[in-house]
Amino acid sequence: MAIQPPESRLWWKEPVAKVELIWVIVAFLWGLVMFFMMIYWHAAGKQNISSEAYRVDPASYQKKAEELAEKYKTGERAGIPIVKPPAGSDIYLIARLWQWWPIFELEKGKAYRLHISSLDWQHGFSLQPVNINLQVHPGYDFVQTITPKDKGEYTIVCNEYCGIGHHQMTGKIMVVD
Amino acid sequence: MATVSEFRICPTTGLKVHSAAEKLIKANAVVAVVFLAIGGLFGLMVALTRWQAVHLLPADWFYLALTAHGFDVLLAWIIFFEIAVLYFASAILLNCRLAAPKVAWAAFWLMLIGALVANVAVLQGGSSVMFTSYVPMKAAPHFYLGLILFAVGALLGVAVFFGTLVIAKEEKTYEGSLPLVTFGAVTAAIIAVYTIASGAIILIPTFLWSIGLVSHIDTLMYKLVWWGMGHSSQQINVSAHVAVWYAIAALVLGAKPISEKVSRLAFLFYILFLQLASAHHLLAEPGLSAEWKVFNTSYAMYLAVLGSMIHGMTVPGSIEAAQRARGFNNGLFQWLRKAPWGNPAFSGMFLSLVMFGFIGGISGVVLGTEQINVMMHNTLYVPGHFHGTVVAGTTLAFMAITYLLVPLIFRREVMFPKLAKIQPYLFGLGVLGISVFMMGAGTLGVARRHWDMNFADAALTFDYPPAAFLMMALNGLSAVMAATGGLIFIVVVVGSVLFGKKVEGKIDLTGGAAVAKYGSAGTLKIPGTAVLVAVFFTCFVLYYFVNWKYLSELWPLR
Ligand code: HEM
Ligand SMILES: [Cu+2]
Ligand SMILES: [Cu+2]
Repeated sequence: MAIQPPESRLWWKEPVAKVELIWVIVAFLWGLVMFFMMIYWHAAGKQNISSEAYRVDPASYQKKAEELAEKYKTGERAGIPIVKPPAGSDIYLIARLWQWWPIFELEKGKAYRLHISSLDWQHGFSLQPVNINLQVHPGYDFVQTITPKDKGEYTIVCNEYCGIGHHQMTGKIMVVD
Repeated sequence: MATVSEFRICPTTGLKVHSAAEKLIKANAVVAVVFLAIGGLFGLMVALTRWQAVHLLPADWFYLALTAHGFDVLLAWIIFFEIAVLYFASAILLNCRLAAPKVAWAAFWLMLIGALVANVAVLQGGSSVMFTSYVPMKAAPHFYLGLILFAVGALLGVAVFFGTLVIAKEEKTYEGSLPLVTFGAVTAAIIAVYTIASGAIILIPTFLWSIGLVSHIDTLMYKLVWWGMGHSSQQINVSAHVAVWYAIAALVLGAKPISEKVSRLAFLFYILFLQLASAHHLLAEPGLSAEWKVFNTSYAMYLAVLGSMIHGMTVPGSIEAAQRARGFNNGLFQWLRKAPWGNPAFSGMFLSLVMFGFIGGISGVVLGTEQINVMMHNTLYVPGHFHGTVVAGTTLAFMAITYLLVPLIFRREVMFPKLAKIQPYLFGLGVLGISVFMMGAGTLGVARRHWDMNFADAALTFDYPPAAFLMMALNGLSAVMAATGGLIFIVVVVGSVLFGKKVEGKIDLTGGAAVAKYGSAGTLKIPGTAVLVAVFFTCFVLYYFVNWKYLSELWPLR
């Protein structure tokens, strides 16, 4: 029994049952399949989080984002500027208590280099209803090249708990033709 | 040297029971159950708040309750119980005296004081930072202090366990190698040392930061080290509950491991391959390379997963073998149909096994896949997954063995046997619901740790799809069911321990596991288990690739 010492003192010499052996081999091979699947996707898949990130000082990040917003502002919604940067460019999104800033207007099918960083605590970038979820740290500029697939209004929800206003922290990305 | 009078002989198992060990097991188990009751109540309130039509708590109380829930169940309930399991697997199973009972009591008090201090800090309201307490969000200093005291206590408890193993070896209280269950406990204890060290490395500087002695803690470094504790402690839970599965199969059915070698190897995998698995909590994080993520999640994780997949066969396999030896040899599944389903120790254990594999296990591997994680990170999928591991798996297994500890260690009969009989089913079904519906809501994008899925106070409004609201309502109903199951457990256990009829002499642990009259098969054939495992594997592969399919439809990212 499993609560007593093994009956045979030389338990490591006992043969392994055949079903057991088969399962160990199958499970091991399955582990390899899962391992290579991730590598395969880096080569062939289109959805791989980039590991591009830079250390950044929150104040200078904020400055960059504000300059960009200033330059390409097209309107305002709920006090937040709507910004339409050129396709293919670097765009800077700020996460802070409790707001995503600014609102971007992006073109469908065009790639953008989306930078995300926080000015204070950690936040969670959760793009809905697409369901892309990324962690946002203060002091790290996280860069993803993202290509909106369909037009429409998308919401950024904060999904990293960031204090009492966490559930009010929303933002928008508008995708147009 | 302990004197003979400090021992009694257990009339049921023939084991020598050291009275100091017995008292410590009781104390740790009782406190564990109390924290389960408190933490479970917080969990229910959280679930009822997330059920949008009920929306029980106001926002500040919701975040407070969620912090308390995480701490009280994940740390206090589980770790107090694990200390009890360690003492049981060492002193009791090895017929040995417990090393340094005074140290063990110091460990107990440190853990208790630490847990109370942390709870006070949380209830005071200034430390609603969640049990992960990610910097730079700051809790009150005594919140971190409570965690540190708790961890030091747990480390002392682990030291007592190792000390007991040394004494048992020196005093030759057992023959040959350690029993498999004790071996599993050793696995858990080794991992615990690593875990608590990581915890100290991160929590001590964080405490100093909270009182102003350290100026800055890097947010990413914090997470990396924190999960060195947070993830490894889940591997402690797995090792401990797998050991508990083997123990219950042995005590109730006299099951023997199919092969000692394979089962021990599987435990060894846990020790060898989990260290870097904290990586799979960091897949959506900036500043870590893709190579690092792929290597660490899979190298470290899939071999630990292999360990669990092995146990997932050897535990039911040993039960099938034991049942067939009793004569339940008809067809593929007579052994399973004729299992003692009315015995809560057995039913709890088997439900734990099945749900841990199908719900917690499969979802965990999928969630931990480098690319797929981007669809699930920080959504409700995450708590959905781990209620499948740590509640359906660990908690249910611990509840199940409690039904054996009550007569064996507390020496009381289990009261309200009819309630006890349905308890694992009620709790199990409730937890199944919690897990599945939270996973469902997460797939629809619903954020975890979030008070208002209506975004009523947000400047820019948004609505999750109606199906998500339905999921959260079903989650609320399941939570009520799970909480009822939890309440029954607590009433039965506390009632039995305080007022149960004293047990004298030998007891029947099998709870009606009959032996068929007709012959027995001596040879090892476990076709039923092979079929179960094949079903499991098919589900695993299908679910895994379905998620890749979903991923391929996501917006391109690079
Ligand atoms: C009656 C039983 C339980 C119910 C109804 C329940 C329900 C919940 C709910 C609804 C959440 C919140 C999800 C969110 O908003 O993010 C949650 C979080 C959690 N639960 Fe449970 N739970 C129960 C038992 C347990 C047990 C026994 C454990 C551990 C052994 C556990 C561990 C956790 C943890 C660690 C969290 C995460 C807290 C955080 O995000 O900081 N739960 N639970
Ligand atoms: Cu936020
Ligand atoms: Cu937030």
